[in-house]
Amino acid sequence: MRIAFASGKGGTGKTTLSVNFALYLSRSRDVLLTDFDVEEPDSHLFIQGEKVRQLKRYVEVPQVNESLCDLCGICRKVCNFHAITQLGKHLMIFPQLCHSCYACVEFCPQKALVMVPEELGALTETRQDRLRFVEARLNIGKEMAVPLIKQAAEFIEQQYPGQLVIIDAPPGTSCPVVQTIRYSDYVVLVTEPTPFGLHDLTLAVDTVRQLDRPFGVIINKDDGEENDVVRYCREEGVEILVKVPHQRSIAETYARGLSLYDKNPVFLEQMILLQEKLAEKGV
Amino acid sequence: MKIAVTAQGSDQKAMLDPRFGRTKYFVVFNDESNAYDVIDNSNVDQVAHGAGPLAVQMIADAAIDVVITGNGPGGNAARGLQTAGIQVYLCKEEKTVEEAIEAFKKGELTKF
Amino acid sequence: MKEIVVISGKGGTGKTVITSALAYAMGDRCVVADCDVDAADMHLIFKPMQQEETDFYSGEEPEMAVEHCIQCGLCVEKCRFGAIKLSEDSIEMDPFACEGCGLCARICPQGAITMKSRYVGASYVSTIRTGTVMAHARLLPGGENSGKLVAHTKKIAREQAETKGLDIILVDGSPGIGCPVISSLSGATYVLLVTEATESAFHDMKRVIELVKKFRIPVGCIINKHDLNPDLTKRVEQYLLENAIPTLGMFEYDEAVQHAVKAGKTINEYAPGRFKDRIEMITDRILNEEIK
Repeated sequence: MRIAFASGKGGTGKTTLSVNFALYLSRSRDVLLTDFDVEEPDSHLFIQGEKVRQLKRYVEVPQVNESLCDLCGICRKVCNFHAITQLGKHLMIFPQLCHSCYACVEFCPQKALVMVPEELGALTETRQDRLRFVEARLNIGKEMAVPLIKQAAEFIEQQYPGQLVIIDAPPGTSCPVVQTIRYSDYVVLVTEPTPFGLHDLTLAVDTVRQLDRPFGVIINKDDGEENDVVRYCREEGVEILVKVPHQRSIAETYARGLSLYDKNPVFLEQMILLQEKLAEKGV
Repeated sequence: MKIAVTAQGSDQKAMLDPRFGRTKYFVVFNDESNAYDVIDNSNVDQVAHGAGPLAVQMIADAAIDVVITGNGPGGNAARGLQTAGIQVYLCKEEKTVEEAIEAFKKGELTKF
Repeated sequence: MKEIVVISGKGGTGKTVITSALAYAMGDRCVVADCDVDAADMHLIFKPMQQEETDFYSGEEPEMAVEHCIQCGLCVEKCRFGAIKLSEDSIEMDPFACEGCGLCARICPQGAITMKSRYVGASYVSTIRTGTVMAHARLLPGGENSGKLVAHTKKIAREQAETKGLDIILVDGSPGIGCPVISSLSGATYVLLVTEATESAFHDMKRVIELVKKFRIPVGCIINKHDLNPDLTKRVEQYLLENAIPTLGMFEYDEAVQHAVKAGKTINEYAPGRFKDRIEMITDRILNEEIK
C-alpha cells in the first residue's frame, strides 16, 4: 500500500506529518518512507539511523560520434526541447533539457548518435529500526525531477514489493506531483485553515480527482474554529481524516528539527487517529 | 570582431536587456565595417524550455565573438557560449547598445 | 526599470505574506507580478479585478486522426513514455504521461499524428486595491510552470509598468531552484530572500543563495519566526554575514499574520501598529540599494 502526503502549497506540514507518521508506525511494523521532493528533499533532516547504501541514478542522453556526423542538422530539427546545438563543426548536447525521447537517435541518417548514461541524482537508503528511508535527490544543477521519481518508484517496487510505503510528495500540482500521485494508492492532502491553504487545496483536489485516486484531508495548524476549509470539505464530500491543532510548542519542536510524535502528546493523538482512519481503508 | 548586445529594441539606440536567452533582440556591431545589424529573438516567447541554448545557436550561427548583457546567461547558455569560445561581458548600468559598446571598448565592463 | 524579485527556496516561509506587504507599502509606485504560478496566492490577498485574460500554451501534444491509423503500432513501440495506447478500434494518448517530444508524429508512416500546442492555463492582468495592476497566471493541474510562463508574466508586468510610466516591478518569485526560479531572477535588479528560522528553510536557503550568487544581483534577507529557534537564527545571521548578505528585517512568530491572511489583508494593512513601520523601512532600504 502506497500512501502519498501531498499539498497544493509548500509549507503546510506535509513533510512533518509524513515523516512523523512513518516514524510512529515503525514502532510496531516495517515501514518504508520516501521523499519524492527530489529538488529539495528535506525529510532526511528528521531521520537518524545508519546509511545502508547509496545508488547513483542515470538518465540517457545523446552522444555524437563525430566521425560519422555530417552536420546535416536533422537531430536539431527533431529535438522539441532544444537540447542539441551546433557550434561550428561540433554538436553540443544540453543534457539538462533532454527528455530522453530518442528522437535524435531515431532520425539521424548516419546513425551517429547513441544514448549514453548521464548521472542524474542518487537514491540513499537509511535504516532506523523498522523504518527504511529512501531519499531521492537530484544532483545540483539537474532539474528533471520526473525521471528520478520514476526510478525511485521502480527501486522501491523491486527491492521492497508489498511494503507499506509513505511518500513525502513534492509541493504543488505540476508534473513531479502528478507522477507521485500516479504511483500512489491513496493520497493524504495536507492543508491549513487559511485562504492560501484552502485555495491550494482546491487545486490539489482537482489534480487527485483527475488522476482518480482515493484521498482524504489533514488540516494542520487547526485553530479549532469553523473555517472555510471545513466548509469546503463538507460541500465537496471530502473526508477530513485528522485535525492537528495549532500550538506554539509544536512549531518550536519542528523549528529545532526534532520529531514530534514522541515528544508531543497532542500530536501523538493525531497520529493514532490517522492510523485508525487509514486502517479502515486497508492500511 | 562582431559584438552582440542583448537589447530591448532593434537598433543601437535601444536600451540593453539584462537577460540573455529571453532577450527580445541581439543588436550586433561589426567593428570592421562599423555597421549595426540585428538578430530578432522575439519568438522566444513561444519557447517553454531551452531558450538559452536556442539563443546560443543563433549567436554561434552569426559568428559572434563577444556578447554583452546585463545579468549574464543562465547555466545552459553559459556552457554553450563557453564551448563556442564566445566571450561574455556584463554591463550592470542602464545603457543603450551604443553606450554599452563604448564602455566595452574602454575596458569598463566585467567579464562573466 | 527596477525589478525586485522575492524568493524563498522553500515554500511556506512567508514569501507571499512579505511580498504582499511590500506591494501594499509601495501602492501605485509599482506593478506586481505573481510568478509563483504553481501556488498563485497573491490574488487571495488582493482579490484582483480581472481585466484581461490570455490563453497560455506550453509544449505540444499529439492529435490523432483515427481515420488514417492503420494500427501498425510503431508509435506505441517508439514512445518512451508509454503514453500511447492502441486498442482494436481506437488510439489514445495519455496526457499525464506524454512529454510532448513529437516522435510519434514524425514516425507515423500515415501522417496520422500532428503535434498541437498544449493549452496549459491562462495569464491575467488585473487591478488590485493598492491602486496598481498585477500580472498573474493560473495553470491547469499537471501543467508545468516553466521559464516561459514566468518570462511571459514578467513581460506583461513590464509592459504595464511602461504604459503607466512606473519604474518598479515587484515579483513574487517561484519556489525551488529550477528553471522557473532562474527565469524569475533573470531580469532582477534586486533579490529579496525570505526565510524562516527552521532547519528545513535554512537548508533550502543555502541552495538558493548558490544560485543567486551566480547572477551577481544585490541580495537582502528577511528572517521570519526568528524567536522559535534563536540559536538557529544566529546561525542563519552568521551565514548571511559570511556571504555579505544584509538582514533587512526579522519578524517573530505572530498569530496576527494568520489572522491577516484569513481576513484577506496584508500584515501592514491588518495590523499597522505592529508592521507598518518595519515594512516601510524594509521597502526604503530595498529601493535605496537599487540606486547604489
